Amino acid sequence: MRTLLWSVAAAAGLVAATAMLDPFRNYQLATIAAYLCATAGLTVLTGLNGQLSLGHGALMAIGAYTVAFAQKSWDSLYLSLALAVVVTTVAGAVVGLAAARLRGPYLAGATLALAIAVPSITITFQSVFNSEQGLPVFLTPPRTLDIERWQALVAGGAAVLVMWLLANLSRSHLGRRMRAVRDNEVAASLTGVAVSRTQVLAFVISSACAGLGGALMAFLAQSVSPGAFPLTLSLFLLMAVVIGGLGSLAGALWGAVLLVALPDVIHSLTEGMVLKPAMASRLEGNLPLAIFGVTLIIVMLAAPGGLQGLFSRLLKRGHHAPNS
Amino acid sequence: MILQLEGLTAGYGAAPVLRDIHLEVPQGSIVTVLGPNGAGKTTLLRTIAGLLKPTTGRILFDGDDLRGVRVEHLVRRGLALVPEGRGVITELTVEENLRLGGLWRKDSAATMSEVYELFEPLARRNKSMGHQLSGGERQMLAIGRALMARPRLLLLDEPSLGLAPKVTAQIMSLLRQLRDNDGLSVLLVEQNARSALSIADAAVAMSLGRLAETSSGDMRAAYLGS
Repeated sequence: MRTLLWSVAAAAGLVAATAMLDPFRNYQLATIAAYLCATAGLTVLTGLNGQLSLGHGALMAIGAYTVAFAQKSWDSLYLSLALAVVVTTVAGAVVGLAAARLRGPYLAGATLALAIAVPSITITFQSVFNSEQGLPVFLTPPRTLDIERWQALVAGGAAVLVMWLLANLSRSHLGRRMRAVRDNEVAASLTGVAVSRTQVLAFVISSACAGLGGALMAFLAQSVSPGAFPLTLSLFLLMAVVIGGLGSLAGALWGAVLLVALPDVIHSLTEGMVLKPAMASRLEGNLPLAIFGVTLIIVMLAAPGGLQGLFSRLLKRGHHAPNS
Repeated sequence: MILQLEGLTAGYGAAPVLRDIHLEVPQGSIVTVLGPNGAGKTTLLRTIAGLLKPTTGRILFDGDDLRGVRVEHLVRRGLALVPEGRGVITELTVEENLRLGGLWRKDSAATMSEVYELFEPLARRNKSMGHQLSGGERQMLAIGRALMARPRLLLLDEPSLGLAPKVTAQIMSLLRQLRDNDGLSVLLVEQNARSALSIADAAVAMSLGRLAETSSGDMRAAYLGS
């Protein structure tokens, strides 16, 4: 009931916010929402179930390409988004089953291979995926709304739905089983939990969320290309959920905000510097990753529970302060 | 017999830890396995619980051969292991740990009330996380979680390890109560011979992976001096 109330409040807040924000901010809000679907899914996989994936960017790409193909065929956005979730769920099930016996770094290695393979496939099969130019995503925006506000409402609505579903999942029997497997596989199996099945299920759920996130990214950009889903995206996603606070869906939100805000902040920082063009180009590609890495180290040293852990601690201290 | 081991050999890699084990646990009785560190007691319980595959021999539970039965299915058949170090899920609350133990049972709410009656400290701390519990409370939780599955055979690995004598005595008394009132069978592995023998119907000694031919009467005499 509490999660439902939170979700209704978030949906109402979304409608109000999109009415007040300018188109650029609405677009940023929509991008945060798209990333949030992926980071929330990754939080379930890594934070709740203890599995490490370096291939979620590839799963996002699968969702994005599915939307592009589907929109070309029938131009029904919601149906296309649903299809993207279904296709990525199937892909996640295949990868999850194949990787069911892998643990820790071995699973990370297998998913890393996925992150490298998927963009390569799109370049190899040029006639289907149109190589690095990618594919357009055909949209018919409603006439009554700005396109950015419409995008923010659709992406935000999807993110609220994902957060509501995952919040319920984490409190359910399945959520308890996932946490038990993360904490102690042997003890979990001794209580009757099917460890491999739980891990595959976590991977599938997480993949579906990543697929929706990717589909929304394609919807926002109105195009899809392999360049939008590089290996670094998978690394960014993982760092974002760790910095945000692993194991907490609120942490996934902070992670998504960081993913959108950090490039902006970096751009503002480098804008004032006088750099040679070659250096500026090199920095543009590598600086965000470096700054994310440094942020990760600082946050882990200062607040091992991530930003959400830090905020929770500060809030608790605030509650206790008047009594002490 | 609720449990019969016939020529059981098992180990890690090529080297066998258990060698040709023959053991029987009668229905509604407590059988204890005593022995020094490294004797193979924990390996014996892990093999029975399905965590380790036997190289040769058979494990019969209520007459059924357990070969090929997955660990998670054994608990549904009525065989529960409380591992050494307790195996409490530390990131779940007491209540969530207990729910996990009976997640596939429809009567888990009633069983949980019974577990809380048996272990009052758990009822008081039902919202505490596993890592916030004391050693004794963790042991109670581990046993309580196993009882949530309403097992017919409970395998207990060193339940007295690291506990105060008073808490150990409480746990032994509880096992006796479960045997007498509910007909629970228990295979108890212990280094604390005095505690184990105080409740055991039968006892065997284990050394270097083999069960020694010792009667429980002899062992009582040796350990308890009577």
